[in-house]
Amino acid sequence: MAAEGKTIDALSQFELHTALGPIGAAVNFTQSNAHMLAASVIIVLIMTLGMAPRAVVPGRFQALAETFYEFVENLVAGQVGHEGKRYFPFVFALFMFVLFGNVLGLFPYAFTYTSHIAVTFGLAFLVFAVTTLVALALHGKKFFGYFFPEGAPLWLAPIIVPVEVVSYLSRPISLSVRLFANMVAGHVLLKVFATFVVLLGGLGAVGPLVAVLPLGVNVLLIGFELLVAFLQAYVFAILTSIYLHDAVHLH
Amino acid sequence: MKRMTLAGVTAALYSLGAQMALAATAVPGGLEAQSVAAAEASGGMPQLDFANPLMLAQIVWLLIIFGVFYYVLSSIALPRVASVLEERRNRIEGDLEAARAAKSEADAAMEAHRAATARARAESQAAIAEATQSAQAEAAARGAELNARLNQQIEAAEARINTARDTAMGALREVATDTANALVTRLTGLKNEPAVAAAVQRELAAQGRA
Repeated sequence: MAAEGKTIDALSQFELHTALGPIGAAVNFTQSNAHMLAASVIIVLIMTLGMAPRAVVPGRFQALAETFYEFVENLVAGQVGHEGKRYFPFVFALFMFVLFGNVLGLFPYAFTYTSHIAVTFGLAFLVFAVTTLVALALHGKKFFGYFFPEGAPLWLAPIIVPVEVVSYLSRPISLSVRLFANMVAGHVLLKVFATFVVLLGGLGAVGPLVAVLPLGVNVLLIGFELLVAFLQAYVFAILTSIYLHDAVHLH
Repeated sequence: MKRMTLAGVTAALYSLGAQMALAATAVPGGLEAQSVAAAEASGGMPQLDFANPLMLAQIVWLLIIFGVFYYVLSSIALPRVASVLEERRNRIEGDLEAARAAKSEADAAMEAHRAATARARAESQAAIAEATQSAQAEAAARGAELNARLNQQIEAAEARINTARDTAMGALREVATDTANALVTRLTGLKNEPAVAAAVQRELAAQGRA
């Protein structure tokens, strides 16, 4: 596998380093956080500068901002219903943060913060905490009825309740692992095929000809990864909306 | 060489699969299939290296950045978008309302126009009918008058004719009687006027001229 002593090193791209020079190093500000900051600033700029003209007939930039807004608004309205309006900023922030994290990570030299399980779990746990708090605030003790559906025979409770509790507690895990695994898999594949390009390119006269193959694969992969980047952000947002729907309506 | 490439791909995918399996179960360590150099360099997946102090720092900064991000979005950026969209919705609604009002106005005008046309038509038809009737009545009256006058004239003329004929007949009888008397007297020397008059009368009656 390792022609000419080189190896496929697909994992070092996920290593954390401090960013922003000595100041960043002093407060352990990593390049991951720098990308979070960049994504946040870009999103806020799109939403504020884009809407600055306040045009009745939007231009392209404003249409972009409005498209983001209305896409998430429709998503929340469709899943949570009318009561979902209060939680729209939260879902919007999550969707955009994940989407821009995914897309930003596809640029060369960029870091994908959504490829860190700690980050995705942090966001997923935030969703878990918010939905649980919303459910408790809206329904109080009745919230615990969620773990035992009405009308089910009482003797089934020892089976149903643990299953429901486990499925409820596993929500942040599935939510975070799904995003994390998708992003890692994509970036590892990209790195593997990129390394093939370099390794094969060094194999004598025919090398560059053969190296075109993994290069073509990477071109296709980038397109696929763009799709995955959007899709995973969408899945994250829609699952958050579904959890919020459960919290608001309890079933 | 081709075989080597395929072997490389297979090995890489295998190691990837192993990593994925580990990632899914979140069990750190034990990356046998991982290339030795990479394993030495990073000690497994960097994402699972929770001993790294940067990992905790990353999460703390994540919460700070995401918190500020959420605050800026929810309190500044999103309300602006909402206000623009609301403004547009109101404007469109207003325009639609105005269009609806204009349409109902146009409908009313159209209705009024139609009613006016219908009324005008009815009026004109009534006027035509009246004019026709009056003209007919006038014509009939005039015709009747004319008839009456003509009848009168005819009657008068007939009366005159009758008188004239009677006069003429009277004169004729006289002349005939005189002539007959003169003839009788001349031929016979007798003079019987009443008998002659009766004969003349009889003769005239026989000829239908009495």
